[in-house]
Amino acid sequence: MRARRIQESSVNVLLRPLSLFLLVLRPLCYVRKRVSLSDMNFVRQVYLLLRKEITLEWRSKYALNGVLLYVISTVFVCYQAFKSVHPVIWNALFWIILLFTSINAISKSFTQESKARQLYYYTLVSAQAIILSKIIYNVLLMLLLATVAFFAYSTIFRNEIGDPPLYFITILLGSISFGTALTMVSGISAKANNSGTLMAILSFPVLIPVIIVLIKLSKNAMDGLERSVSYDEIGVLLAINLIVLTVSLLLFPYIWRD
Amino acid sequence: MKAYWWKFLAAGLVFYSIIGGFLFPVPELPILHETIRNTYFHIPMWFAMILLYVISVVYSIKYLSSGETKHDLLAVESVNVGIIFCGFGLITGMLWADVTWGEPWPNDPKLNGSAIATLMYLAYLVLRNALDEEQKRAKISAIYNIFAFPVMIVLLFILPRLTDSLHPGNGGNPAFSNLDMDGTMRAVFYPAVLGWMLIGVWITTLRYRYRLIDWEQ
Repeated sequence: MRARRIQESSVNVLLRPLSLFLLVLRPLCYVRKRVSLSDMNFVRQVYLLLRKEITLEWRSKYALNGVLLYVISTVFVCYQAFKSVHPVIWNALFWIILLFTSINAISKSFTQESKARQLYYYTLVSAQAIILSKIIYNVLLMLLLATVAFFAYSTIFRNEIGDPPLYFITILLGSISFGTALTMVSGISAKANNSGTLMAILSFPVLIPVIIVLIKLSKNAMDGLERSVSYDEIGVLLAINLIVLTVSLLLFPYIWRD
Repeated sequence: MKAYWWKFLAAGLVFYSIIGGFLFPVPELPILHETIRNTYFHIPMWFAMILLYVISVVYSIKYLSSGETKHDLLAVESVNVGIIFCGFGLITGMLWADVTWGEPWPNDPKLNGSAIATLMYLAYLVLRNALDEEQKRAKISAIYNIFAFPVMIVLLFILPRLTDSLHPGNGGNPAFSNLDMDGTMRAVFYPAVLGWMLIGVWITTLRYRYRLIDWEQ
């Protein structure tokens, strides 16, 4: 420490003619250095946090298995209740199942860990890294759940789909949208303690526009319409996702800093 | 006098729009007939609502950067008054729809969008009630308010344009073009919009000042 200080001062003495010039440049260097450093850290932070989430989930498997069972039993309940349905209802029912599944799966993403541990993360990593890792994790979880739900649903509940690849793309887009929108809402409702009801109240209005577009897009896929008809909807979905993601990244630090 | 000249302006403009709205000549159009006069009352409600929601989101952002309770109070009061204007917009719209479209609630994307947007702002108020601690309530609800705003924009302005809608300006229908709004209508419509917006702001400031006194005591 002492040696370093001496070294620093000697450097200052040696570079006195340059000191003014350096002083002018210093803020610039500082900014550049900070940005590049935090950039490197940021990706690594997100990666580590994501790995932590997955490891935690894998260790207990409680939430994962619970939600998987929830999906399958909901599908089965719907099948028993309806037996055979009109394609429009089939489609709507699938999205409603997915909606409730996603709310169930994501609502606990911030309440699982204790306050003390979250405080510990706060000292280690940036808030954006936390929200981004949670979003990525929830999107992955939703992709898995939606795929399982789709296969279970379409095997139990037979129905003709005109354009299966497009339908599957819709499901992927849907799980990405649910994941991004619900992560932020679960963060907000976790701060308000009574998560269950509040989560539903806060997330439904945010998800309704997404669901409207998703149902339209998947209906296009079921009818096997020309792909170019659906580009508008895909664009809107991507735009909504981008907006929600940006707003989440901007706002999450304020939730976090308590 | 200098500080509140705009309140006289607001009252004057609204009076003018009511008198002008009922008495001035209007173009005769097939389905609308005399109901076209509702343009002067129905649409300004939505303009006022949007203005109030914008004020609310601006003050929520300000709250997050400053942490002053004043900003939070103004944000919540704007939402309160905005919801009232939304209610009036829906009522005038339903009366109008009953006459021209045959039913008070046709399945129209703009109607559904505005209903869902209202749900979102009601959820904002519920969220506020769920939080007891003042600082935390202000912060978390400000975050939700900012989060909800872009979704509201998507609901009211983007989705209706993608699908078929009965409203003008959506689904390929022309917006207020030269065809259905002539000079006399514009002369009443624009003052009406401005007047109702100012009335909305006026009510908000009154409620805000009342709330501020309440809070300071």
